[in-house]
Amino acid sequence: MVEAVAITAKRRGALDHRSEAINGVSLQPAKPARRVSLRVRSDGLAPLSLALGLDLPSKPKTSVTANSRSALWLGPDEWLVIDDGEGDPIADLAGVSVLHSAVDVSHRNAAIIVSGEKAADVINAGCPQDLGLQAFPVGACSRTVLGKIEIVLLRTAPDTFRVECWRSFADYAFSYLSDAARGV
Amino acid sequence: MATTTTKKAVTATHRIPNKGRLGTAATLAFTFDGQTYAGVQGDTLASALLANGVHLVGRSFKYHRPRGFLSAGPEEPNALVGIHRDAARKTPNVRATVQELYDGLTAVSQNRWPSLAYDVGAVNNIGSPMFSAGFYYKTFMWPKGAWAKVYEPRIREAAGLGVAPDLADPDTYAQRFAHCDVLIVGAGPSGLAAAIAAADSGQRVILCDEQPDIGGALRYETGASIEGQDGWTWAQAAGASLLSHDNVRVLTRTTAFGYYAQNMVGLVERVTEHLAHPDLTTPRERLWQVRAKKVILATGAIERHMVFADNDRPGIMLASAARSYLNHYGVAVGRNVGVFTANDSAYPAAIDLKRAGVNIAAIVDIRDNPSSALVEEARALGIEINQGRTVVGTDGRLRVSSMTVQAKSGGPERKVAIDALLMSSGWTPSVHLFSQSRGKVAFDEPTQRFLPGTYAQDCISVGACNGADSLQATVDEGFAAGEKAVRSTSASKPKVDKGETWGGGMLGAAPGSGPDQIVKAFVDFQNDVTAKDIRQAVREGMRSIEHVKRFTTNGMATDQGKTSNLHGLAIAAEVLDKPIPAVGLTTFRAPYTPVTFGAIVNHAKGDLFDPTRRTPMHGWEEQQGAVFEDVGQWKRAWCYPRKGEDMHAAVNRECKTVRTSAGLFDASTLGKIEVVGPDAAKFMELLYTNPWAKLEDGRCRYGIMLREDGFIYDDGVVGRLSADRFHVTTTTGGAPRVMHHMEDYLQTEFPDLDVWLTSITEQWAVIAVQGPKSRDILRSLVDNIDISDAAMPHMSVREGTICGGVPTRLFRMSFTGERGFEVNVPADYGRAVWEAIWEEGKKYDACAYGTEAMHVLRAEKGYIIVGQDTDGTVTPGDAGLDWAIGKKKTDFVGIRGLTRPDLVAPGRRQLVGLKTKDPKTVLEEGAQVVVDPKQPVPTKMIGFVTSSYWSENCNSSIAMGLVEGGFSRIGETLYVPMPDSVIEVEVCKPLFFDEKGERLHG
Amino acid sequence: MLLIHCPYCQEERPEIEFRNGGEAHIARSTNIAGESDEAFESFFFIRTNPKGLVYERWRHIHGCGRFFNAVRDSVTDKFLRVYKAGEPQPEPAEVMKTLPEHSAWENIPPADQNVATPARDRVSTDGEA
Repeated sequence: MVEAVAITAKRRGALDHRSEAINGVSLQPAKPARRVSLRVRSDGLAPLSLALGLDLPSKPKTSVTANSRSALWLGPDEWLVIDDGEGDPIADLAGVSVLHSAVDVSHRNAAIIVSGEKAADVINAGCPQDLGLQAFPVGACSRTVLGKIEIVLLRTAPDTFRVECWRSFADYAFSYLSDAARGV
Repeated sequence: MATTTTKKAVTATHRIPNKGRLGTAATLAFTFDGQTYAGVQGDTLASALLANGVHLVGRSFKYHRPRGFLSAGPEEPNALVGIHRDAARKTPNVRATVQELYDGLTAVSQNRWPSLAYDVGAVNNIGSPMFSAGFYYKTFMWPKGAWAKVYEPRIREAAGLGVAPDLADPDTYAQRFAHCDVLIVGAGPSGLAAAIAAADSGQRVILCDEQPDIGGALRYETGASIEGQDGWTWAQAAGASLLSHDNVRVLTRTTAFGYYAQNMVGLVERVTEHLAHPDLTTPRERLWQVRAKKVILATGAIERHMVFADNDRPGIMLASAARSYLNHYGVAVGRNVGVFTANDSAYPAAIDLKRAGVNIAAIVDIRDNPSSALVEEARALGIEINQGRTVVGTDGRLRVSSMTVQAKSGGPERKVAIDALLMSSGWTPSVHLFSQSRGKVAFDEPTQRFLPGTYAQDCISVGACNGADSLQATVDEGFAAGEKAVRSTSASKPKVDKGETWGGGMLGAAPGSGPDQIVKAFVDFQNDVTAKDIRQAVREGMRSIEHVKRFTTNGMATDQGKTSNLHGLAIAAEVLDKPIPAVGLTTFRAPYTPVTFGAIVNHAKGDLFDPTRRTPMHGWEEQQGAVFEDVGQWKRAWCYPRKGEDMHAAVNRECKTVRTSAGLFDASTLGKIEVVGPDAAKFMELLYTNPWAKLEDGRCRYGIMLREDGFIYDDGVVGRLSADRFHVTTTTGGAPRVMHHMEDYLQTEFPDLDVWLTSITEQWAVIAVQGPKSRDILRSLVDNIDISDAAMPHMSVREGTICGGVPTRLFRMSFTGERGFEVNVPADYGRAVWEAIWEEGKKYDACAYGTEAMHVLRAEKGYIIVGQDTDGTVTPGDAGLDWAIGKKKTDFVGIRGLTRPDLVAPGRRQLVGLKTKDPKTVLEEGAQVVVDPKQPVPTKMIGFVTSSYWSENCNSSIAMGLVEGGFSRIGETLYVPMPDSVIEVEVCKPLFFDEKGERLHG
Repeated sequence: MLLIHCPYCQEERPEIEFRNGGEAHIARSTNIAGESDEAFESFFFIRTNPKGLVYERWRHIHGCGRFFNAVRDSVTDKFLRVYKAGEPQPEPAEVMKTLPEHSAWENIPPADQNVATPARDRVSTDGEA
């Protein structure tokens, strides 16, 4: 892998300069994060968990967070690892020899932090899942749908969600959520 | 003229002081057909018009007969008006009985010309024998062709409802997916009792009602007393108490319009329809898609009208409606009111009106010996009761002025002067939602009505919609269902001190409007269907109620036959001499009441109609004046016209510049998939025609993907990063389906392979740098990659950094035939790296080029575009790409398809070049190719043009096409017939520039 | 909108997260290049499309991404059984054993669509479907 060096080129996020607060709901772009799409069979979970410093969850719709790093169960052999601190999960996984696939998708996704008392209602304007606290508690995560796009949804607090989507859909996702926030 | 606005408001002549619940609410001004009236806060448009003595509000659909209000609720078939807020907000077909009044409301009548009182279309009424059942099908058959040109437009003009607005809808609409444990539809006493029982369980409860207030029939049933309060007061208190529960959501002005699979119920909430000055940022309506564990249907019952001659004059309405207008809105619907009934339900209306000081001219009751407390009470009040009699007709052009009474057996007629006529033939349980849930209804013989029979989903009907005939029974059923839904409740059941009952009545035409009488006794007001029409339909051979319905259009209007279906069914059954259940009941369809397109579309309009995808470099391209084209959801720079250039000039310049210096091209939209795992090469061997096992690390190969049938599905350059890692590119449009296709095979056909697929389309911004100067431009920017021809030949890939540390996957590849590179960098750095390359490129007079130049450049080299030069019926062989098939392979997707008889037969269409004899002539893509243009029509077509451009580099037109046996026709002259000329073309190899391919290598 | 139980996510999810993948249990030959024209025709082109029980492939494409199989009633649209890819195909008789009394593949004639007795007059557990 490429050595990390200080990059001088200007970084431009998909949601730079977008931010809204409507009807008590705040929509903010998440700060840049490192992301890994991690694929591994269940027998490889332990060494990868060790390398990442967290226990990869094996229960559907759950996530595990340790410090600035979260691992989201997306499928029976698929996790999305997000680190918005100093850590580099790709580097941490580089030396693990167990059969797996780790692909850097840091720039593939953009994320919107939706918070406020009506955050779930706003997301439910386009997401068909039950976002009640019982069905979708703090820490729950799922790949799902928002309007006409696919998202990965993570509940980080009772009234806060992280909405991840592919970069070019971020504009649509943000506009959809702000239209929804006006309508709650 | 009715259109002149009168400044002075007309006094509300029919509002009775101290009656109703609106009290001293604020006065509101509104107009109807330009006349200003006064109403009060809490009125509906209907109650406000009635308060001003206005009954005439519309003309009927077919006969243009004057019509007034039949009901006081959502079942209204007649009183449809247009509500105009401004030029763009003109809502047609609004039920005046549902529209809440606001200050400044502007309503107009529909389906009349020049005015409501003098309507030219009313000649249809005189000529009505022509317009009998099935007239559309029978009358307008000749001459052929006249239907579309003459009859249909005229009929549509004359027989119609409101006019749709012609401006874009400026309002916003919202949508919500909601989940709950218990959804209760209807907030009458039964639904309220259910909600009370369910509320304190802590489970999620949604209670919805289409009215602005909860309470249901308690709105007019002043005989009700619950928990020591009058019914309405109790309901409001109960509603307030429900609102204090966090787990209960009460949605008023919210119609449950559709019951779908697995307890999904569609609701539409009217958020601002009742406001004088809606905040434009607030949605006008909100669509709710509710998924409920249990559904409690407490949808009540709808009163039916009596079917008798001329029962449609303004002033003739349902008895319960008159009670609503009096008891809730304080409005008397007349001063001298007649009543025609087949059950007890009309009596309380007469009694209430009489007590309010309105004269009751007479009650006509078709029952021979009606006896009940209500009948006695009416008698005691001095109301004349004509029992065993019927109404055989009415008079009054724009408002009923009299009813004609006769004994059921005939005999002398008596004309009774009236100014309003109330009627009731009984109550129809609202089983619409139950039926939509695929539940089966049962005909209850003793009470002659359809009731919920067998349930198909986890729901329960309670109260009047389930056949409960008393307040006590509705509350009992509702409370029990609410308790059962949440298993147990600590709430106590509301105590009914006193309540009303309903039940009995008749179905079909009243005596005096039977088969022998030629009268207009309306069954379906909205579609102008009479009892006679239904009998005629049966006589003409319709046996099934479904056929009768379609032939007569009974129940097919926007009110969906809420008042008419059962009457129609009973009349058909009578003529067929069959019991009602044997004739059947038509299936109820969603929506229960009309739903606006706005609510259905909700957020998905304007920018949110479909996602617009932009690349990381989009902003730069915009600044450079790029013209964009849509490629799927992507916006791609089409070309970059400079000042004074048209698009052709821009494309020509861009094409020239790439071949003389270099060009930058945004290729970020290409699909990219990372294939990782020890079996990655094995997987690639199976999914692509090419051999991959021996491809060295750091090298690339052009790959072709087939479907199992042997046809080209996708293509792209694939780079091998390491033994177990491939970087696969796909076409822009093909990216999602290729990923799905690969996952399908991986998961279901080759699950034992140790390999995984990850979409990286959006991880990497891709900057193509193409042209002889491309290496010079990049040389100073790459940090640690040797890009010399020796170290990095054509079709290779290196990982490293660029522009001071930005990670890159640098491909040496070409879609132009020139020396070229594709610089992949993490998307957030795409623009910065692009700008750095651009600055460097300027030193070499490089340009930015768009998709059109890209198309021309690749066509000059004969490179295909999947989807343009192929159409899903083209094999690699047809496209001249046989070389890309691994000859030694024993398996890949499509290998067997390629040997299908059709695919190996001679005469297949093959991709060739087409040179026009006149090099200035550019063929049209899609144009057909023929051998003999003089052959009479139908001329045999042997192929078509797939790609065609002006090539500035060749100084001639260039084209490719799929032509039968094309490879063996090289050098032949063929023809492309166009509307005004025939273009001569010579078949050639699809390669127009640098035939030896030397430029690729520098 | 249907709810579909995903055997991998182990819960019901809304239909719009899924994509239908056509008929299930059509195995691709391990020696496909050697198949006869007839065998290839039947593998690639011919589908049963019955009224009643259908065996289908589904993918939870906007969820866990996994393909799985389902038995569905093509008349009522109802899902009767879901199982992971690779698990054996349940026998029709076995699936039908667990069905409610009125299953739509019986193709009830229109005249029988209405039932005789209202639910309120019956001692039954209707409403607890």
